[in-house]
Amino acid sequence: MADDNNSKLISTLDRSVHPPHLYPAYTSTVKRAPANALMPVAQKISDLTGPTYGEGTIGELDSDLTKNSVVNGEPVGERIIVVGRVLEESGRPVPNALIEIWQANSTGRYIHNRDQHDAPLDPNFRGAGRCLTNSKGEYRFVTIKPGAYPWRNHENAWRPAHIHLSVFGRNFNSRLVTQMYFPGDPLMALDPIYLGLPEKARPLLISSYAHDITEPEWALGYRFDIVLSGSRQTPFE
Amino acid sequence: MTEQKTPLLQTSSQTVGPFFHYGLIFGEEHILVNEHTLGQRIIITGTVFDGDGEPIPDALVEIWQADVNGYFDHPEDPNHDKADKHFKYFGRSDTVKNGVYSFKTVKPAVATCNNDTQEAPYVCVRVFSRGMLIHAVTRMYFPNEKNNETDVLLNSIDANRKQTLIARLVENNDLPTYHFDIHLQGAEETVFLDL
Repeated sequence: MADDNNSKLISTLDRSVHPPHLYPAYTSTVKRAPANALMPVAQKISDLTGPTYGEGTIGELDSDLTKNSVVNGEPVGERIIVVGRVLEESGRPVPNALIEIWQANSTGRYIHNRDQHDAPLDPNFRGAGRCLTNSKGEYRFVTIKPGAYPWRNHENAWRPAHIHLSVFGRNFNSRLVTQMYFPGDPLMALDPIYLGLPEKARPLLISSYAHDITEPEWALGYRFDIVLSGSRQTPFE
Repeated sequence: MTEQKTPLLQTSSQTVGPFFHYGLIFGEEHILVNEHTLGQRIIITGTVFDGDGEPIPDALVEIWQADVNGYFDHPEDPNHDKADKHFKYFGRSDTVKNGVYSFKTVKPAVATCNNDTQEAPYVCVRVFSRGMLIHAVTRMYFPNEKNNETDVLLNSIDANRKQTLIARLVENNDLPTYHFDIHLQGAEETVFLDL
């Protein structure tokens, strides 16, 4: 088996589009970035398998963040619809992909107990949701457009508005945690987390305004497709 | 169905940030067993450290592993019909308590479908954190395994770094506890894999 294993020393991650571990402008990377080169490794069945999800994973309101934590009214802010597809690099859709999201409310405040930003919480907005892609790899969330918020990375540092996404694709190697940004946000050009991306990869993290998704008198639509690694064929398969 | 002539660009990773808990952690994700799960229960625990040796209290650790008989409940495993339906295979733990993560699971067997008599059993480990623009991937091996001497991956690592992938058995009673610290950086930096 050893020779065969060596033939499969191939990473499924395209490092040319992913950020490095060390990006000093994002100061927290300095002590959290491995210094040694990553070790090439043979793919095993443990890398080609992963958690699977299906009916029963998701509750009815899980994908509607404007409804899933209502206490005494509707959440405040700009209601939006976020849709997209989860795809392999080949363009093949990934059905039953689990997408979990979390975000700040419209004032730029997270409900998290460690967020000390002096902006109001919204009693009717928790800012967390989940959904599964359908047979065409499509997903849809309804939420509130998040606000920008300050962080202490550098003087007068503000994160652009963003939604955090965690995605499970066909296997554990396709695991992705990322952030979706909004078109035209001037803060992206100043944000070391966004700028930590290789230049060619940056536009892919910006959602596009989708007028076909916008619903009259109700909410604006945004589209954000997600392309996962983990499907690259090895030379001997 | 449209197949691309040139591959689509992968969507890039971004940091999980400091505020993921209420979106990803709901309470039982670190327990992979129930009362019907096959196999001896074990605890896998450890601390995630930064390059100064400081515990990281806002990391997220995920594991993925075979069941006690070496099967995965996933269609890519040709033996998946034999997989334990009462085992969760996947687990997730935060490190809110002083950088410490913890899982209750079973000790995996070597994956049967690899048909590799030299392979040692292991658990896949993925670490996310504020300050990490992209996750780090490693594997946790078990101490005192005879196949640790023959495993292809373990034996391709320098002897002085190989130990970073092998857990310590700290309690061997009814609930054996394996201790596996993860050092993102520094003299004891864990070996991370290009996966």
